[in-house]
Amino acid sequence: MGSAMDAHLEAPVRKKKKERYFGGGGRIIKRFRKEWPLHLLVLPAFVVTLIFSYGPMYGLIMAFQDFHPVRGFHGSPWVGLEHFRWLFAQPAFVRTIYNTFFISIFKIIFSTFASILFALLLNEIRVAFCKRFFQTIVYIPHFISWIILAGVMQTILASDGILNSLIMGLGFDRVPFLSDPSVFPWTMIWSDVWKSFGFGTVVYLAAITSIDPQIYESAVVDGAGKFRQIISITIPTMGPIIVLMLTLNMGNVLNAGFDQIFNLYSPIVYSTGDIIDTYLFRLGIQGAQFSVGAAVGLMRAVVSAILMSISLFFAYKVANYKIF
Amino acid sequence: MKFMTRGEKIFNVFNYIFIGLVCLLCALPIIHILAVSFSSAQYVVGGRVSFWPMGFTIESYTFAFRSGRFMTAFWVSIQRVTLGLIVNMFLLVTTAYPLSKTTQEFSARNYYMAFFAITMIFGGGIIPFYILISDLGMLDSIWSLVIPGGLPVFSMIILMNFIRGLPKELEEAAMIDGAGYFSVLALIMLPVLKPALATVALFSFVHHWNEWLLGMLFMNDPSNFPLQTYLQVLLTNFSDLIRAMGPDFMQLVARMNERSGRAAQLFLGLIPILVIYPFLQKYFTKGLVIGSVKG
Repeated sequence: MGSAMDAHLEAPVRKKKKERYFGGGGRIIKRFRKEWPLHLLVLPAFVVTLIFSYGPMYGLIMAFQDFHPVRGFHGSPWVGLEHFRWLFAQPAFVRTIYNTFFISIFKIIFSTFASILFALLLNEIRVAFCKRFFQTIVYIPHFISWIILAGVMQTILASDGILNSLIMGLGFDRVPFLSDPSVFPWTMIWSDVWKSFGFGTVVYLAAITSIDPQIYESAVVDGAGKFRQIISITIPTMGPIIVLMLTLNMGNVLNAGFDQIFNLYSPIVYSTGDIIDTYLFRLGIQGAQFSVGAAVGLMRAVVSAILMSISLFFAYKVANYKIF
Repeated sequence: MKFMTRGEKIFNVFNYIFIGLVCLLCALPIIHILAVSFSSAQYVVGGRVSFWPMGFTIESYTFAFRSGRFMTAFWVSIQRVTLGLIVNMFLLVTTAYPLSKTTQEFSARNYYMAFFAITMIFGGGIIPFYILISDLGMLDSIWSLVIPGGLPVFSMIILMNFIRGLPKELEEAAMIDGAGYFSVLALIMLPVLKPALATVALFSFVHHWNEWLLGMLFMNDPSNFPLQTYLQVLLTNFSDLIRAMGPDFMQLVARMNERSGRAAQLFLGLIPILVIYPFLQKYFTKGLVIGSVKG
């Protein structure tokens, strides 16, 4: 009796499920009939991204192999975590992790500070023409490649270059900007601040100009001076955007500046100037150690993805920032 | 003019001076390079050239134009920028438009979006990338510099947000008249997208002109190097490059300092950026405000 009742109970349910299944299928076909042009439009970009972005992701399996180009991914022997163990036994590799964070974090701190300060000062320029002119000039370095800038820096910072001539003219010793391990990271940090602070003001200037002028007017009525207005009104209203930019930059902390450092460093300054990316390039490409290089790349990509996800999550929480 | 207190006036004066100095700091390195490139050898070596050429000469530029390598690399870069722009613009438009739809209209929209967005956060890195290009037989082909980065995702998002900001009626009116997605995109969307397209086109231009690493990775034959890759080699290896050019150039080089020779080529490599800079300034900031600062 029980089973008969069950069958009785089940029958309509099953029928409904079936109906929904086919109904759903029908809907998909119907939707596709309507949406196919949109799918077709995305198709080329989909294929390109699948091959050239997802292809290399699959290629990362070679980090667990003793990869040989002739044997390919399927013929190369598996070695498990051997490359990772080898890497962490290399003091040179462990040092690059420290160098990466050191250079990157100081770049973020100083660039952010310089951008905010410059945006505040620029905002005090009331003559529109002058303001625009100054902006034009400070944005320029952002658009120049590190190759050209590396050439410029080599010329300027050479031991007989213009900057050292100036320093010696003032009675000081030459500064080995690019050849002393204790100076090199700071040369990288300050030259990056030089390149990026100007363009960094774009966001902060936009934030400042969006502040309601009435707030300033009422502050003036209350007797607040210029300085007081900046401390009590401008900076607090910029708070969220500052936090947002810092968070987004922190998600990018593993990008310590490959283009810049690779074109300016030399073996003398490896101890303080070698970063994960330059180490990876020397080992994996120039040294043709594909598997070990891929192991470095895999770790870097995973850590970077985690940091970026965290930073995007916080950016969303703090400033409701959504990129898509 | 508003009334200013004495303190404010003093602040203003110092502010102008300070900002002026910072601007000088940004521009002087470029001016210095220009001065070095027009100076003759004996002044450059002594570090005596500052912001004005000493012993004016155009020898370095003659060298750059007569050295086949520089001109070849310049030409490769022009080809790369042109092809890169075409590929980028095509893929950007064809991707940003469908993805600007809601899920009601394009049910797979979110899946595609996630598919593209993941590549901004995670990637395989240069070594598997190199193996892939090599396996596909694309080494030494200009397409290896153009196709793989064919869809710049960040630009795509800027463009997509721009399309989403357009009034819906624009499209609906055409749809009611019986137009399909393709004709809407080609006839209605493209004309109104011009400012946003200018922004992302400039992004692409700067990227393709300045990029050097892929050229170094994928080009075995130096005659296929784009300009920035050539310049990279020039910086690390000037004397080798001269030797490869043969005895004709030795004579020219004798009268020219290595550093001014480099300076001239660096400056020539910068010219395209300086030419489009006025447009850049207009559209970059505008584009950034349109696209990325959208809650």
